[in-house]
This record gives sequence, structure tokens and C-alpha cells, in this order.
Amino acid sequence: MSPAQAFRSAAAKRILVKDGAFGTAIQRAGLKEACYRGDLALNKDQKGNNDLLCLTRPELIAEICEGYAAAGADVLGTNSFNANRISQADYGAEHLVTEMNIASARIVREVAERQAQKDGRRRFVAGALGPTNKTLSLSPDVNDPAYREVDFDTLKQVYREQVDALVEGGADFILIETIFDTLNAKAAIMATLESQQNVGRELPIMISMTLTDLSGRNLSGHTVEAFWASVRHARPLTIGLNCSFGAAQLRPHLAALSRQADALVMAYPNAGLPNELGEYDEAAEETAAQVREWAEEGLINIVGGCCGTTPQHIAAIAEAVKDFPPRTLPTAPRTTLLAGLEPMVLAA
Amino acid sequence: MTAQSDISAAAAATRFVNIGERTNVTGSARFKKLVLAGDYDAAVEVARQQVENGAQIIDVNMDEALLDSEAAMTTFLKRIAAEPDIARVPVMIDSSKWSVIEAGLKCVSGKPIVNSISLKEGEEPFLDQARTLRAYGAAVVVMAFDETGQADTAQRKIEICERAYRLLVENGFPAEDIIFDPNIFAIATGIDEHRRYALDFIEAAREIRARCPGAHISGGLSNLSFSFRGNEPVRRAMHSVFLYHAIPAGLDMAIVNAGQLDVYDAIDPELREACEDVILDRRDDATERLITLAERFRGTDAVAEKEAEAWRSWPVHDRLAHALVKGIDAFIVEDTEEARQLAKRPIEVIEGPLMDGMNIVGDLFGSGKMFLPQVVKSARVMKKAVAHLLPYIELEKDESAKGKGRIVMATVKGDVHDIGKNIVGVVLQCNGYEVIDLGVMTPWTTILDTAREQDADMIGLSGLITPSLDEMVTVASEMQRAGLSMPLLIGGATTSRAHTALRIAPAYTGPVIHVLDASRAVGVASALVSDGEQRQELIDRTANDYRSLRESREGRGASDLATLEEARANRFDGDAARPAPTPLQPGVHCFESWSLEDLRRCIDWTPFFRAWELAGTFPAILDDPVVGKEARTLFIDAEQMLDRIIGEGWLQARAVVGLWRARREGDDVLVIGGNEEVRLPFLRQQMKKRQGRPNMCLADFVAPADDWIGGFAVAIHGIEPHLERFKADNDDYSDILLKALADRLAEAFAERLHSHVRTVLWGYAPDEHLSNEDLIKERYRGIRPAPGYPACPDHSLKPLLLELLGEGAGVRLTESFAMMPASAVSGFYFAHPESAYFGVARIGPDQLEDYAERRGVDVETATRWLRPNLD
Repeated sequence: MSPAQAFRSAAAKRILVKDGAFGTAIQRAGLKEACYRGDLALNKDQKGNNDLLCLTRPELIAEICEGYAAAGADVLGTNSFNANRISQADYGAEHLVTEMNIASARIVREVAERQAQKDGRRRFVAGALGPTNKTLSLSPDVNDPAYREVDFDTLKQVYREQVDALVEGGADFILIETIFDTLNAKAAIMATLESQQNVGRELPIMISMTLTDLSGRNLSGHTVEAFWASVRHARPLTIGLNCSFGAAQLRPHLAALSRQADALVMAYPNAGLPNELGEYDEAAEETAAQVREWAEEGLINIVGGCCGTTPQHIAAIAEAVKDFPPRTLPTAPRTTLLAGLEPMVLAA
Repeated sequence: MTAQSDISAAAAATRFVNIGERTNVTGSARFKKLVLAGDYDAAVEVARQQVENGAQIIDVNMDEALLDSEAAMTTFLKRIAAEPDIARVPVMIDSSKWSVIEAGLKCVSGKPIVNSISLKEGEEPFLDQARTLRAYGAAVVVMAFDETGQADTAQRKIEICERAYRLLVENGFPAEDIIFDPNIFAIATGIDEHRRYALDFIEAAREIRARCPGAHISGGLSNLSFSFRGNEPVRRAMHSVFLYHAIPAGLDMAIVNAGQLDVYDAIDPELREACEDVILDRRDDATERLITLAERFRGTDAVAEKEAEAWRSWPVHDRLAHALVKGIDAFIVEDTEEARQLAKRPIEVIEGPLMDGMNIVGDLFGSGKMFLPQVVKSARVMKKAVAHLLPYIELEKDESAKGKGRIVMATVKGDVHDIGKNIVGVVLQCNGYEVIDLGVMTPWTTILDTAREQDADMIGLSGLITPSLDEMVTVASEMQRAGLSMPLLIGGATTSRAHTALRIAPAYTGPVIHVLDASRAVGVASALVSDGEQRQELIDRTANDYRSLRESREGRGASDLATLEEARANRFDGDAARPAPTPLQPGVHCFESWSLEDLRRCIDWTPFFRAWELAGTFPAILDDPVVGKEARTLFIDAEQMLDRIIGEGWLQARAVVGLWRARREGDDVLVIGGNEEVRLPFLRQQMKKRQGRPNMCLADFVAPADDWIGGFAVAIHGIEPHLERFKADNDDYSDILLKALADRLAEAFAERLHSHVRTVLWGYAPDEHLSNEDLIKERYRGIRPAPGYPACPDHSLKPLLLELLGEGAGVRLTESFAMMPASAVSGFYFAHPESAYFGVARIGPDQLEDYAERRGVDVETATRWLRPNLD
């Protein structure tokens, strides 16, 4: 069975579980700059360059991943959120992008195989693409609303480099996550489709939007329904929401997406909202209780955690949803979906 | 397959999409000039106007030899991406150059349409382009164009489109993302081969829809009338007539100037027929005839006064009919006077030309070719004419005219709402009925006395609030006791066929009929005043219908209710959520005069149009192919009246808000207002619930201790003198318009005040930034259920609420707990993060008794208050 087939067949039986966050887990390790840098010759300060750790501290990344896998995660993401040429430019580490991504996928691949040997359950490796820190839809210059810091072709190329390397390292799927700009995501989709053409095998896509305000829009202004209309052409393996806010605030938007999308729905919220110190302090049980409601309502197929979640959160989530049947996919009526910032549906 | 396609074609016919064409350099000289000059600020405004005027998609075309089209396309698309009120609609990237299309696709974040690709260069490039479009995620317009050229005959259009469809679908392109443009070409050019162009398009559209399931049909409308450049009235008429025939055939979107379409029936009949002859190729001399006729219409739209002058020279009877149909009251008194001097007796003016005119109005309305706001304007003209004649008629001591029938109408005791009743009254008058309107708060004694004294043919009762339902039963019982036999008509927002059948009809042996809306009133009334079978047929049919409804209800046992105990055990448990924070400004706050300008921005217009029986959502309704023209006229009138309401200070918006400590005790909320605790008993859902679904009660949203609750009342004051002025002027139109606007302002005020409470007074959502649309869709935390509405159906909580709030909003209650002034809203605020609206629906006798005790009234009183929830 291809990874996508195996994934779909597992998801038909139960609600699958995705892992938790790398970023906040790495933060907790409290590494010094030298740990990040390792013995690489780099000019800029590397503290905070989490993706670089795939090369300099692979055992730490494997350990975090292992923790989630042991807690019951079926989907394991790679530590490659910022492993792209645009984000790495801030660290002067653009030349290491391919290496970082290959390593990030290899690490998770190995954990996945080991864990499957242990408990006989197949784990899936999701090669993660972050949004980069540039946006295709907004102008950073208030005096020139038509200005853009980056163009579609450049961004597509940046993603292509990352996708090719993740696939080489052994990723099953490409996970386009934390999408604040829908057009950025469309560039990532196109890069993945082109890479797929190149490697000659299916590269299933997981798509995950992030909401920037409680009214349910992302930064480029799309509602979840408009977002779905804008990315449905990718025929994604999963569609969903991550990060944003806690599970409680995410629920109505998740419900809207769940009603409409004829793809598996994956959601992984933060551990609540950050406190005054910017820390996520929602207890595992609390997050799990919220997520359990989603399962009860039949909103989800795959659920996991984002910022602030730990293996305890993932274990609690896995426990909370294990007895609920997965969401059944709606049969999409044959309608034409168009979208501006809002969706437009034409009856066939 | 065919049957299914027919159904889908019919469904699509009601969903026609206007694509804005003004941001197209090939179609708009003005836009071209702006883009050539690099004035993108002004060019963006053109797009904004398009969307404001109701374009559902905007077509962007920069194909101009003097332009760097790629740069212009990308710059413009990036500019409009920064304007949320433009970017909310999808874009159509329109170019004949592939490079421009692809450049455009790289700037559009939503899902656009590309216009267009074709088989012109063969299958390979066609499929390459289609694959690329799929990777970008775009729908596509496919032109009916192949290697040998552009399709002109129906046969060629069908062949090419079907071939393109097969190729695309076989290669994985989603059928629903295909839109065919089977080429709208110019007709009436004088060239024989062009004669069938429009007809060919229509025939091809029908066939393409049947053969290519899922696909859509679009077209550029302006080509059609190309040979009448410069003659806008004729072009508009041609476009409207073409759409009238092409939409049912399957055309479901078109690039049009939405503001430049006529309503099919409003087109001059001669011109319309000539257009139809040309479009449907019905006669050999169709083109010559249209060309000849067209000269007469050239420039007619530019100078509306010219048309006015023209009808002013018609014979007086025609002028009266014209004034009635068009709703023009400027000359009605002088024309009526002229007609009176010509007539032997003044009554003949009414029975002759005025009734003739109103019959035309009635027929047009009955056949769906005129809409309610127009009818009300016609009635205003009629009333003015009659008012002018009345003194002369009375001098003659004429036997008073009864017209087709006489109807006594009233809003029942305890209720003050009468917009719906007035509309029905106007429609009946327009159709020749004499309406005796007893106004609002009418006791049954007055209704019965008037009906007897005036020898009425029927009685019509109206009401908005639920206690009025009970009062209607009372009126029916009293009619029975008085031995009347005349028909009783029931209407109004809370009335229903079910309530009429179950409660009112059994109380009265005469005919009782529920009338759904104004458009049905005439049909029912005319059947009832007819002598023969028609009357008996309606009465029997209705009686049978109500009997079977009663029987089916009886069969339905009470077994589907949980006991109150079970329902309470399955309560919603929200106590784990963080309780509402302490309000920043607890206590009672009065607002003596909230800015109406501010409220105007918060108006939800959709219900306003619904009040006028114009169906559709605002703002799309303004461009609705059926009611759009009337909706626009009504909207302009409403905006102008709002200008005066605000500018001349007609109305005052008063409100009061209270935020009090509260705690839950069972299904009650105890509110600490002043020095004492006030008990607010709430009702709990008792229907049996699915596993995991709680039986809701508003009290569940309040914690057992240390929580908060709010209450409010808003009211729009000062309407009376203006209504009196309109009444004196026989101006029902303005009367209904003002009441409808006051209602909208009250609702807007409730919404606005709630937001003020969330962000400032209570302040639990200080950072909330919601658009008006978000507000209308209630995308915020907290609810404001009103007594008398589904979550809190007992109107009798209003006196408790108003007592807590004090006099601040100047609201008084009738004996049925209707609020005065009529444009008022009151309710409770709950801030619980999971608070949501629900319907209490049916409750059992156990809860009725329990509630009576908690409310401190006897069971009989509680039964009266809760009647709508008892079965």
C-alpha cells in the first residue's frame, strides 16, 4: 500500500493522532548558541535556528520526535518549519537548506521505522513547510500597496528546493502548515505538484491554515470556506487548521471547514492561548477535553498539537479521542467553488 | 441524464451571476484612460463601485496595445488585493494573451476564473494551458473557437464545446470549473448570416448544458447590440430581452454592466417585441423594423423629463392610468380634477379611469411583473385622487361605494405592530376592495361592532407578538358568540397555518383562513366575495386542510418529551468555563440620544426588503435580475428618508443597559438589582435529546455564584407626528417606509449597544473588531435573547426586566407585553463563552406547573402566557 492508501485506510477506522510542537519543545531544552552552531562555519548568531539542529543536534530532534511517537502520534512532522532559503537568510545559512531538509526527514523516518517495529503501528512522515516570513499578498510599504517583498516564482522555487530535499530524505507527505497567506500556500502547492512530476510518484499534500483573528480569517483575509475553495485544486490528503488559538476558539471555524471539505480534516491547536509571559500553560487534560468535544461532534479525522503542546498533551489527546469514530467525509455536491476573500458557490 | 440536466439548468436559471465589466480597458474608455495615465487610485475606485453596485465577480482586462499589459494586470490585481471590500469577490483574469493571464494568476490569492483559453492552436497547447490552470487553482472560460475558427452556428458551438469538455474532463480537469463562452455576436447588422446569431447562442447553450454536465455558460453581452452603439435605451432593451431568453436556456453568468439592465416587463412593449423579433429571428424584416424604431428611443434615457412631457400630452384617462402604474403623484390632483369636470358624476372617475388603472396594477402584481413597493406607491396616488374626489361625492350624497368587497382589518388588542397589516390593506385597496382599517391595539368589541355596522364581507386580524395569537382566539370565540358567519382572515409574522388550524378555526364555525402574505390576500379575498363555487371550494378546501392538520397533530403523542427532572439532569454544564469577568462599569446606564448616523452604519438591510416582500439578501438583491430594479428604487427612497430622519432629527434613539451580579438557582437566575434579589425564571427544553446534547435553559449560562448578567432596552422615539403627517397626506408608502426604517434602527441599535457592552461597559471583549457583516452573522461572544423569542418565550419577563432597568429607554408595555414605542427591542445579556441561541419549543405540564410556581402566578395565567409552547 502506498503511504496515502495506508493513511486513508487507517483514518477510516479511527481518529488518527498527529504529534506536537518542535519549537516550544526545543525552547525547553534551553540550548546555548554553540549547541545550535555545532562545528559549522557560520557568520551569524545561530541561537534560535531550530531547523539547523537537524544537522548539529540530530539526537535531540530524534528524542523529541520519539516522545511524540511513544505518546501515540501516527503522523510525525519534520523539524523543518523554517528550513527554507528565505527564512535561513536571516542566519546566513541558505546554503545548508537542502542538507537540513534531508536530515530532518531522515531523522523522523528512522524514528517512525523504529517505533513501528516496537508496537507494529505504521507511522507517517510529514515533511513540514512553513509559510516563510515573506508574504505574497500584502505590501510591507504603506505608501505602495502594490509592492511585494517576494514574487510568486521566487517563492515557488524556494519551496521546490525544500520539497525535493524532504522527499529525498524520506517524507511520505508534504505538510504545508501555518498558512497565513493563501497565495504563499498556492505557491507551495504548485512547487509540490512540480516536484511530484519530477520524482514520478504521488506526493500527497496536507494543508493547514492558521487564523489570525477570532472572526476566522487568516492574514491574507480569507475565511476558512474561501481558503478551502482556493486550495481544493491540490486534492489534498488532509485540510485543516493549526496554531491560531486554543481548541475552544478554533471550534466554530473547524466546524465550518468540516462541513464543507471533501478531504480528511486535520487540526492541531495550541495549548490554549499564551499567558502574559507568552507561555502556553494549558494543561494536557484541558486541551484534551476541548479536543474531545471536536471528536464528539464528529469534526475531525486527525488531531494533534501545535505551540506549547508536549508528549503529555499528545498522550491525553490520543486517549480522549480513541473511542470516537472518525468524521465521515461529506460528499461534495458538484458545485463550482470560487473565492475572493469570501467564498462564492455556483450551483452546477 | 437529460432529466437531470434539465433540473440543473432550471436551478442555475435562478442563480445568475453578474460579472462586472467596468475594469476592462477594451470595454470602458474611462478605465483605459485611468490605467494609461497610471492613475491606479482612481482605477481601484472603479472596481470598488463595481462591487458596490452588485458585481459578484469582477472582470479585469488590460489588453491594450499602448500598455505593458502584464505590468498593468499585476499592478492592478495587487492593488485591489489590498482593498477588502473589493477583494471579497472573485476575480476574472481576462486576456487574449497567455503571458498576461499567467502573470495575473501569480497575484491572485483566492480562486479566480481565467478568461479565456480555446482550441484555436490545437489540442496540445490547449491541454498544456489547462494543466497549468489546474496547478494554479483556477476555473476557466473556454471560448467556442477551434483550429478552423470561431464557432458561429449552433452546431459548431456545440461541437467545439463538447470536444473541449471531453478533452478537459478526460485529463482530470474538474467539470464544474469549466465555463463555456459560446460567443455572443452582434445581431441586427443588416447582414443575413448574422440573423440567427442570438438564437444560435441560446440553442447552443441549452444543448451544451445537457451534454456537458457540471459546466457553466457565460458570455460578453455588449457585443450583441454593437450595431446600436450610442443608443443606450435600445442596447439595454436588447440585453434584457436576450437574458430573459438565454438564462432559462442555461446562461448562468455574463459580463454585464449590472446598473444598465432593464426589467423585462418595464421595457416599452413595442421596443421589446422588436428586440424579441431580432433576437429570436422571428421575421424577415425584424432588423429594419428595429432600426426604424430605435431612432425613436435614441437619447430617451438621457432626458427623463422628455418622457414625462410626452405622457403629459396624452388624454386624461391614459394619464391617470399611467400615473397609477408608474406611481407618479405630481400631477394626480390636477388630472383627477380634469377628469371630474369631464364626468357626469364624480364617482364615475373612481369607477372608470382610476379603477381601470388600479386593475392594471393589480394584474401586474398578481402576475409577478410588479413588486410591492411599486404597488404601495400606486396606492398612494390612488388615495390622493380619491381624497380629491370625496368632498364632491359627499355633496352628491352618493350611496357609498362598496367596490368588490368590504374588509375590516385590525391589529389585535395588546399589539402595536402594523407594517404587515398596512401592506395587505394597501394591496387589497389596489385591487378594488374597501378597507376599513381600525389600526392597532383594537379590542374585539370594536372589531365586531364595526364589522356589523359596516356590513363587512370579512374581517382580517394581524399581530406580531405571540400573545396576539391568543387574542385572535378570543376574537374568533366572540365572533362565534355574536353569531357572525363572515370569513375571518388571519395574518402576521407569528401566525401560522398550524396555529390557525389548531386554535382559531375550532373556535369559530365561519370560515377561518390563514393568509401567508400580502400577495395571497387578493386571491383569498376575491374567492370569498365571489358568489359561486369558487368561494365554497376555497372554504371547503381550507376546512379540510385544517381538519387533517388537527388530526395528524392529535396522533402525535406527548411521548417525545422528557420529564422536567430528566431534562434538568441533562442540563448544559458550562460551569467549568471561566466565568464572565466583572464588568468594567456595572450598574445601570442610560443613553438619551444615541447617534442615528452611527446606527445607520449598523443596519441589517435584508429584513427591510423582506418586510416589503422582496426576497433576497442585501446587497445582492439590488442587482437581482427579477426584483433588483425595485429593490434599488426602494433602497434609494429609504436612504433619502434616512437622510431626513437624521438631518432633521425626526427620531431619537434611547436605551438603557444594566449589568448586575447574578447567580443561578435551579432554572432561575437571581439578579441583584438595587437592594433586592429579583428572580428571573427561565424555561428548559424538554424534547428528548440525542446522546451528548443537553436540554438547554438560559439559566445554564450563569454560574451558581459570583456571576453576572445584563439586560437592555432600546427604543426609537418620536415617530408619531411624522406618521400623522403622512396619514394626512394619504401617503401609505412613506408611512410604511418610516415604520420599517424605525424597526431597522431599533434592531441596529440593539446590535450596536451589544457591541458597546462587550467592548466597553462589560468589556470582556475589548479587542473585538468586527465588520457589520460579522455583527449580523453574530460572530462574537455572548448572546442577547429577548423575552418572547425562542430561547425565552415568555413575554411576561419583560415587566421584570423593565423594572430592573428603570425608565431610561422610555418603553411602556401593553397588557399583552408588547413594547411601546413599537420600534423597540429588549433582552438579557449572557456572556458565557459557550452561550448560544436555542429554541425552548414544547414543554410538558410538569414544567408548566413548576414554572407557574417559580413565576408566582396561578397555572391558568402561566398557561395563557406559555400557550405557544404547550403544544
